[in-house]
Order: sequence, then structure tokens, then C-alpha cells
Amino acid sequence: MSDKSWMSEIPQLDRQELRDFKKLLDGLFRDFSREYGDAIQSFFDPLLSTLIWFEKLLLSTPWWLVIAVLAAFSYAASRSFKLTISVAAAFVIIGYFGMWEDTMRTMSMIIVSTLLAILIGMPIGVAMARSNRVQSLVTPILDVMQTMPAFVYLIPVVMLLGIGKVPGVIAVIIYAIPPVIRLTNLGIRLVDKEVLEAATAYGASPMQRLFGVQIPLAMPTIMAGINQTIMMALAMVVIASMIGVKGLGQPVLQAISNQYFTQGLLNGLAIVALAIIFDRISQSYAKRTLQNFGGH
Amino acid sequence: MQNVRYKILGGIKMSSNENNAPLISIKNLYKIFGKNEKKVLEEVKAGKSKEAILAETGHTVGLADINLDIYPGEIFVIMGLSGSGKSTLIRHFNRLIDPTAGEIVVAGDDVMQLNDKDLQNFRRQKMAMVFQRFGLMPHRTVLQNITYGLQVQGVAKKDREERGNEWLKTVGLDGYAKQYPGQLSGGQQQRVGLARALCTDADILLMDEAFSALDPLIRSEMQDQLIELQDKLHKTIVFITHDLDEALRIGDKIAILRDGLLIQQGTPVDILLNPIDDYVEAFVKDVNRARALTVETVMQPQICRISSENIGEAVAQMRKSKQEYGYVVNDDGYQGMITQETLENVEKSDYGNAITDELLEDVPSVQSDALLESVISDMLDNEHPLAVLNAEGEVEGHLSRTTLAEVLSDSNEESKDPDPQKE
Repeated sequence: MSDKSWMSEIPQLDRQELRDFKKLLDGLFRDFSREYGDAIQSFFDPLLSTLIWFEKLLLSTPWWLVIAVLAAFSYAASRSFKLTISVAAAFVIIGYFGMWEDTMRTMSMIIVSTLLAILIGMPIGVAMARSNRVQSLVTPILDVMQTMPAFVYLIPVVMLLGIGKVPGVIAVIIYAIPPVIRLTNLGIRLVDKEVLEAATAYGASPMQRLFGVQIPLAMPTIMAGINQTIMMALAMVVIASMIGVKGLGQPVLQAISNQYFTQGLLNGLAIVALAIIFDRISQSYAKRTLQNFGGH
Repeated sequence: MQNVRYKILGGIKMSSNENNAPLISIKNLYKIFGKNEKKVLEEVKAGKSKEAILAETGHTVGLADINLDIYPGEIFVIMGLSGSGKSTLIRHFNRLIDPTAGEIVVAGDDVMQLNDKDLQNFRRQKMAMVFQRFGLMPHRTVLQNITYGLQVQGVAKKDREERGNEWLKTVGLDGYAKQYPGQLSGGQQQRVGLARALCTDADILLMDEAFSALDPLIRSEMQDQLIELQDKLHKTIVFITHDLDEALRIGDKIAILRDGLLIQQGTPVDILLNPIDDYVEAFVKDVNRARALTVETVMQPQICRISSENIGEAVAQMRKSKQEYGYVVNDDGYQGMITQETLENVEKSDYGNAITDELLEDVPSVQSDALLESVISDMLDNEHPLAVLNAEGEVEGHLSRTTLAEVLSDSNEESKDPDPQKE
């Protein structure tokens, strides 16, 4: 270190050391995946069968019934005829352009991943709201999940679980779960202190407070988080298709590599249509829960 | 604000309470906010000032050495300005806030010894609370809000809705059961808050600035309603307020809190007539005494009561009492006033005669529980002191112009010379 090169150039590992370091980590992870890969895979078996079952259900149901159920669902959530009719029309058009099956596949995956994200995310959000320590622990992890390029965490997921539906869903969840967690946390923290105090003063147990007061009052905020989660899950569809998830992403991927402009556009528009439909339904549901609150 | 009627009954009500044991008793309560409460507590106990402690340790002294006894059936008002610790104090009663040190005993149970489960039951059974900003649940209907306490206790839906509807009627919100709190006005919302508190049938009501967020007209309406309800229900009410008028109006007893210290407690009259220091005096200064005090609290009791049949005995009674005038009473009650001068002018030979109306001065009487305000005009029309009658029509004392003027004029001199004539 007698020469002063560190003044002009940043000190760095020499190539050999760097290569060894990478080899070491790669080797460790490879050993880990060889050792536990099967166990992890079988752990996710129930998820896989759920995914397959749900996809089959959507694909085997007659198209008009699917549209009817979706229309009924959107009416129940929004109480708006305009939205209901638009939803039905959008699906008819998607089917007319030959994208029905891909759309059903994508939809089944989005629905399962969103439900899982809510199922996992809300309890984490609640835990964060209850303890500042948990919050300060989880927040940086969420930051990493949201900023790390999706391809990077696809690598270990694929190494562990191969390609297919399950790694696809896991990738989607990793990418899409932070908003539910963050906004559940925020929503519960924002619940009026006096209302919570009132519940405590009347002898509510912690569970009665959580389910009777905190979650219902945080619901509009949580719904905003769920809405964001759905949007982000849809954004992941194309990337997930790279690891073998079937659906609207695959034709897009194919279109990119072959420069099929129209195919890319049509499938892209179908994703947009799905996104808008889910967004409107979840938002109008959130708005309706809010209506009871205000009144002022 | 025409019907403003302060509820000042003087010492009478108090004395009846003194035989009973207190329902709530707080002893040597300290609350220090900060990371190292226990350590700082020693310094507070050693007598260091609040400011010094904040500067040296960064800890805030919320409450220091609070001692309170609250008796069953009374409305106990804790008064202080914002930051005086009154809201902190009321939250100690049901341990929404845990004290740093001290004892809280409610109905013989040491609240500090309760574990989580017992504390939950204690809150369900013993106390109900009304909040400044209502603390209603916006996602529940009015009826669901009112029955919240019962729901938490696990009372069946049908039963609790029945009870909830009763209270809904009592507070005058019949027909609002299915509305949401957001659809009601502030006053209506607080009625819901009150109904919710009453619905659990708890003996103790904690009211944290319950009427402070309401506009003045609604506030006095709610105060009337509370007093009316209290006459029927006889709850023990701990009422927090920053408004002395409110305190005087509804309180049986008032405690004044400043910077976490309890500086004076007593009956409203006590506080009004004998403020303990400049701080309390500043509070009391703006109170309209004519409207706040009753005749009874300021009258002079030593009087010459003339109950004789004839003039001779009346002269003897008058001489004995060394007064210049006497109030003539017979079986029909108060007759009028007679002066020494009149009596001396009567011929000795007439001493056997009965006292006739001609000899009497026509001095009106006033009721002992009347407000000073209402006797001012009588006072101005008569130069003689007015006779004060109690509820049974007996003469209890008299009220002179000088007394009235003294009480109604600036309170400064009086507090230095605390009312020698009284009692």
C-alpha cells in the first residue's frame, strides 16, 4: 500500500477475491436449495393445487356465467349500473379478440396472489401498528421489496422452486404486498385515539378493540392498500410470465421478442382493462365504507 | 342564558356525605411522563419544581401528590385550565393511564392491584366514560354505539337493544337509532355518548370535558339534562371542566387543579367566597356572584326573633338580643319587622297588648335558597335588612344591604378578610 493509487481510484477487491466471494455465496445458496428445495417445494404444494384448481374453475365455467358472476360482484361492491355494464362489456370484447383463456389464467393468479397478500399482509400491518419496534424492523424490508428489481429476487425463487405457477405467485406477492402492509399499519395508527380510548374504557378486550374498532375504522385506508396491491400484482404479470406463468404476460413477452405490434397492444390493453376493472370495483367499495363514516 | 341556575346548596348536602365511606379514594397519586419515571419520582417527592425537572431530566410532571375522596351520589368537578392535568387525572380512575405512584381505591378495591382480566371487568361493571369529542364509533349506528358497553360484556342482542332504546328515549333521541353519528349534530352526538355511558348501569360516570365542545346554548341544555338525570339516578359523577360557571352549576364539590397540583377543593361556595390563592381568585373573579350565590350562603344568622304575644315580652326579647330591630314571628309564620325605636315609643301601660300590624315595618322576606340576583330589587326598596326564610317558612337570618354590597363588589378585599360575619 505504498503507492497512492487509492487517492485516485476506489480501493477494490482484486478479481480473484471477488470471484471467490461470488462462488462462495452461490455455492452456499446452491447447497441450501439442494438440501431444502424439495421440502420447500412440498411446503408450497397446497398453494399449487389451489392455483390449479382455481384456474381450472375459471376456464371450465361457461364464459357467460363468468361474466355474470363478475358483473354481479361489481354491482354488489359498487351499486353502480354503469360500472357493472362496463365490466361485462370489457370481458365480452376481451373474449371477442381471442384472449379469454389468457385473461382467465391471469385473473386467477391475480385473485389468488391478492388474497394471499391480504392474508399475509394485514396481520403484519397490525403487528407493525402495535409495536414501534416491529415497525422499525419491517419498514426497511418493505423498502427493499419495493425497490429491488423484480428480476433479482426471481433468481433465488427460481433456483429454489424452478419455473411455474408457484414461483410466479411468490414473485408477485413479494412485489405487491408492501402497500397492504404499509397502509394497514398507517390506517390502524390513524384511528381516532379517543374512539379507541372509549372502547378501552368500556372494557373491550384487545381482540374486541382490534376487530370491533381498529380494523373497521382503518378499512378505508386498508382498502386503498389492497387496491394498490392489485394494481402492482397486475404490473407483475409480464415479468412473471418470464418464469413460466401462463396468461396475458406470455403473448406480450412473445410480442416483444418477435416484434408483433398488434399482439402486444391487444394483450397489453387486456391487462389495462383488468386493472381498471379491479381498481374501480375495489375503490367504489372503499368509498361506500367511507360513506357511513362521514356525513358531515 | 336566562334560566342559569347554579346549584349551590352550601354545606348542607356535604355534611350528609361525611358519614359514608368515599366511593373513590385517591391517595398520593403521582404521574410523571418520560422514560425514567421512578427515578424522577424521588426528585418530585423531594420537592423539586416542575420546571427544574423538565429542564434537568426532560420528564414532565403530569400530576403530583393528588389526594381525593369522592362520595357516593355526588357530582365531583375537577377544574383546571388546559395542561393542568385534569384529563390525565380522570384517566387514572379507570387506568386508561397508569400512575407512576399512588393508590386508587374504588368501592374498596385497589384498582392498581387488578390484572388485565380483572381490570377489563372493572371497566365493564364499575365505570362508564363520556368524552370531550364524544369518542363515538363512526361505523356503528347510534343504537349500536349506545349498546357498545353491553356488547362488550356479551349481553344478547335483543336484550341490549331493548335497554339501548330505553336510554335513547331518555336522552331525547327517539327515532335516531338507525342513524350514524356523523349524521348528528354535536349536541346529539354527546347525548349518544351520555346514553352509552348510562346504558351499562355503572355507578360511576367519568365525564371528561363532556360539554366543552358544544356551543353555549346546547351546553347549558345538556347541563340541565345531566342535573335532571342525576336527580333520578344518583350516580357518582366525576366531571372534568375548564369552565368555572359549569363547575359551579353542576358540582357538589369542586377540586381545582393547576400544573398537576390540587390547590383547592371544597364546596362551590367555599371556592367562590374563600379562594385559596391568586390563581383561584382569578378564576372566581369573573363569576357573576349575584347569579352564583344563594341568600343562605351570605346571610347573617344572628338575629332577634320576636315570638312573644305581647309588647312587654317583645321589649325584653329585644333588649336581650341587643339588636335594633327584630323579626316578628307567630304561629302563622313571619309577620314583619319591628324596630327598637317603635317599641320604646309604646306606653308602658300598653305592654300587655298584642303586637299589632301598625307597629310593624313592612319588610319583605326572601327564601334562603333564592339567588342573590332575585333579591336585589327588594333590597333596594327597603332600607331595613330583609328577613330570610327557610323552606319551612321559619326565619333563619337576615340579609343587609352592606352584606349584599360586600359580596357582590370586587372580591379582593374579602379574600384577605374572609367574611367575619359569616357564621
